[in-house]
Amino acid sequence: MRRIGIDVGGTNTDAVLIDGGKVVQGVKVATTADVTSGVAAAIEALDLSAEHDSGLDALMIGTTHFINAVVQRRHLTKVAVIRVALPATSSLPPFTDWPAGLAELANGGVFQIEGGHDYDGRRFAPLDTTAARRIAREIRNLGLKYVVVNALFSPLDPSDEEAVAAILREEIPDVSVTCAHLLGGIGLLERENAAILNASLIALARETITAFEHAKSKVGLNAPLFVTQNDGTVAEASRAATYPVFSFASGATNSMRGAAYLSGLKDAVVVDVGGTTADFGYLRNGFPREANAVVHIGGVRTLFRMPDLVSIGLGGGSHIDLEAATIGPLSVGYRLSTEALVFGGNRVTATDIGVAAGLIDLGDRKRVAHIAADDVKRILRRCKEMLEENVDRMKTNASDITLIAVGGGAFLVPEELQGVGRVVRVQHGGCANAVGAAIAQVSGEVDQVFQGLTRDEAVASARKLAESRAVEAGADSESLALVEAEDTPIAYLPGNAMRVRVKVVGNIRSTRMGQTAKEKVTCQSVS
Amino acid sequence: MRQLSPEDIEALSVGAWILGTGGGGSPYHALLNLRRFYDAGVRVDLIDPDELDDDDAIAVVSIMGAPLVFQERLVDSRLIARAVSAMEEHLGRKFRAVMAVEIGGGNGMQSLLAAVHLKIPVVDADAMGRAYPEAQMTSFAVGNLAPYPLTSVDPRGNEAIVGKTSSWKWMERVSRKLCTEFGSIVATCKAPRTGAEVKKWAIPHTTSKAINLGRAVAEANREHADPIAAILKAESGKFLFSGKIVEVERRTTEGFLRGRTVVEGLGDDHGSQIRIDFQNEWIVVWRDGQALVSTPDLICVLDSESGEAIGTETIRYGQRTTVIALPAAPVFLSPRGLDHVGPRAFGYDIDFKSVFCS
Repeated sequence: MRRIGIDVGGTNTDAVLIDGGKVVQGVKVATTADVTSGVAAAIEALDLSAEHDSGLDALMIGTTHFINAVVQRRHLTKVAVIRVALPATSSLPPFTDWPAGLAELANGGVFQIEGGHDYDGRRFAPLDTTAARRIAREIRNLGLKYVVVNALFSPLDPSDEEAVAAILREEIPDVSVTCAHLLGGIGLLERENAAILNASLIALARETITAFEHAKSKVGLNAPLFVTQNDGTVAEASRAATYPVFSFASGATNSMRGAAYLSGLKDAVVVDVGGTTADFGYLRNGFPREANAVVHIGGVRTLFRMPDLVSIGLGGGSHIDLEAATIGPLSVGYRLSTEALVFGGNRVTATDIGVAAGLIDLGDRKRVAHIAADDVKRILRRCKEMLEENVDRMKTNASDITLIAVGGGAFLVPEELQGVGRVVRVQHGGCANAVGAAIAQVSGEVDQVFQGLTRDEAVASARKLAESRAVEAGADSESLALVEAEDTPIAYLPGNAMRVRVKVVGNIRSTRMGQTAKEKVTCQSVS
Repeated sequence: MRQLSPEDIEALSVGAWILGTGGGGSPYHALLNLRRFYDAGVRVDLIDPDELDDDDAIAVVSIMGAPLVFQERLVDSRLIARAVSAMEEHLGRKFRAVMAVEIGGGNGMQSLLAAVHLKIPVVDADAMGRAYPEAQMTSFAVGNLAPYPLTSVDPRGNEAIVGKTSSWKWMERVSRKLCTEFGSIVATCKAPRTGAEVKKWAIPHTTSKAINLGRAVAEANREHADPIAAILKAESGKFLFSGKIVEVERRTTEGFLRGRTVVEGLGDDHGSQIRIDFQNEWIVVWRDGQALVSTPDLICVLDSESGEAIGTETIRYGQRTTVIALPAAPVFLSPRGLDHVGPRAFGYDIDFKSVFCS
C-alpha cells in the first residue's frame, strides 16, 4: 500500500508518503490562504519521481477548512429546514439557541409539518405529504438549493425523512437534501443543528474538494482522494463533500492516530504540540477516546461524536513573557519563521526558549544568547507544569501513563513529568497528523434504540447496519472489525428498550486491485 | 408577589438542576421555551404561599417521562398548560395559581411554562424540595392528602383523567402506565390543592431557593471564584468528596434508571474513592462499605469547575466532579417522612442519619 497523507493545519501543511506501512518521506510546507496551493506544494515537495504515482493507492487529506468556515462565519449558504414532528416540538423551532449572526447567515426558511415516529417505532402522526409538496414548491420559488429534513425519532425510522426528500427531488431538480438521521442520533435539536451546519457547508465542501482534485491533477497524481473524518477514519471525497461536518475535528484526531501508528502503542495519552496549541487526547485501542456529550461548534449545540480533547495555548510559536514567566496563549502562528528571535524577529517565542536551552537547533542561536539561564529555567518549569496538569486531566486513574509527544513543538515536552511513566518520541513525530491521515481506515456507525431483542441480538443488528454503512463509505467488506459497542438501557420505556451504539472500521477498498491484476496479465503475455 | 426577571429565569434553571440531585430532567428545553416568551416580553409572577387564600385552588404540575424521549419530543409549553386546562374542565373551576410538584431539574420550570399560557402566578413552593422518582414521595403524601384526581395529556390530543385511586402508590402505578401508552412523555396536572393545604404541607420558598443557588453560581463564575464554595455557602451545604468518575453502571428495572458510579479522589481526597447509588436521583453515597450520606439529604454531583449539576443520565467516565450534600426539607425528617423517602423506601436496609446532625 502506497499512500500520501496530508494534514492542512493553521501554520503548516504536512505531507507524508507511506509505503508498505513505513513512512518513506515527510515534508512540511507553509499553509496558504487558499489552502489548495499549499496542498499542491506539499505533494510536489515529496519526491515521488522514483515510481511517480503508478503505485499510489490513495491521497488522504485532513483539513480544518470547514470548521473554520463556521467559526469565522464565512462561505456559508442559506438553508431551508423542514421539520417533520407536528403537533409536537413546535414551541422550539429550528435555529432555536443559535448565535444570532450565524442563524441569520444560514436560515433560509423554516417549515414544520405533521409526521414522525415514537421511540418504539409506532407512528407519531401521519406524514403530511400534501404540505411537504406545497413547501417544496415554495422552497423552489425562493430559489433555495440546500434543504434539511428532520423527522421525530428519525434515527429509529428514517422513512419520513426519505419520503420528504423524494418529494423535494421531484419538485426541485438540482436540490441538495441533508437528511438529519444520517448526521446524528437521538436528540432532535442537536441532530437538526448538525444537519443545518452540514447543508450550509456543502457548497464550500464541493468547491474545496474540487480544488483538491485540481491540485492533485496539477502535480500529475491519479490516485483516488479521501478526506479524513472526526473519528480518525476517512471517507471518499464525494462523500466528504456531502457530509462536511464529519471532517470538522480531523486534525487532532489524525495526529493521535499517527502517534499510535508510529509508536505501536494503543493505550496512552498523546500530546500534539503545534505552533499555537498543545492538544491532549487519550488513545484507547489505538483510537481517540470520544467526547460522549454535547459539542458546541461556532456556538451551536451538536451531538455528533468528536474526540475528547483538551487544547491549551502552548506551542512553538507561543509568546513568552520573561518577566512574568508565562507562556501563551497568544502565538505568532504562521509568522514564526519571521517573528521569532532565532529567525531574525523580535518576539520571544517558545521556540526561542527551546533553542536557548539547547532542546532544538533552529535558526541563529546567537540571537538568544542574551536570555538569562534562570529565565529559561523558569519558562521550562512553567511549561512542564502546564503539561503535567493537562496530562492528568486526560488520565482515568492515578497510575503513571505513557505519554506520546508529537508535533513540531514536541521539543517542549521534557523527559520527566509527574504522573508519566515514560515519554515516547517517534521518528516522523513532527508529521504525526499526516501519518494519521495516511493510515486512516473507513468506518460505519450506528446509534439506535432497539426493543424486544436480547442485548446480543440488538448489538448484532446494530453491527450489521454499521458494517453496511462502512462498505457504502468505501470500506473493504473483508477487513471490517468492531471498534466499539456500547448499550445503554433506557428509563421509563417498556420492552427492555436499549440504545445501542456500534462502530466498525475497515481498510479502504483498494482501487488498484483491478489494475494490478491487469498488469500481471500483461506481463505474462509479454514473457 | 414579585415578577421574575430574565436573570431569575436563567438562575432558576441552574439552581433547579442542582436541586434535582441527578434527576428531574434537564431544564435546558424549558429554559429555551421561557427565553422565547421572555424575549417576546412575557413575564411570570411568583407568589408567596402565605399570600394564598385558604380556599384558593392550586394546580400541581409536572412532566413525566423518559429523558431520552424528551430529547426528541422536546418540552412544549402548551402541553403543560393543557394538562391544567383539562383539570379545570374536570373540576369546573379555575385555578388561582400553579405550582411545581418538584423543584428539581426541568420540573422546577414546568409550572412557569404553564403560567405563561394560563396567565396566573407560580407558587413559590413545591412538594419535594428536590426531585424524587415517585408520586408518593411528596410532602402531600406524607401529609396523607388525597392523591387524586389526575390529568395526563399528550401532544396528539389524547387526554386521560384518573378520577380516583385508593393510594398514592396506586396513583403512581396508573399514571406510569398512561405515560408509557402515550409515548413515554406526558404532561400531568396532579391532585389539586387548596391554599390551606399548600400553606400547611408544601415546602415553601423553593423556587426562590433555586434562583438564589443559580445566582450564587453565576456570580462566582463571573468573578472567577469557586462556584462550589458559593453553593455551599448559599445553602449551608456540606462538602463531601472531590474526584474523577471512573466507573458508571446503569440498568433499567421497573421503569427506573438504576445504577451506580464510582468517584476516585483527587487533591485532598487522593487515594480514596466513593460509590454513589442512584435510582433516577442520587440515593446513597458509600465509602469503605459505610453509607456516608443517604436520601432524604440531598446528594448533588457537580462539575468541579463550573459548579453545574450532573445528571444520572449524563454522568460519564472521566468527568471531574465534586459531591456535596444539601439539607432536606424538615417534613421528610419525621418518622413518617422517612417512611416515604428514607433509604428503606429505596430498598436499602440502613438507618437514615443526616450529615447535618453530626
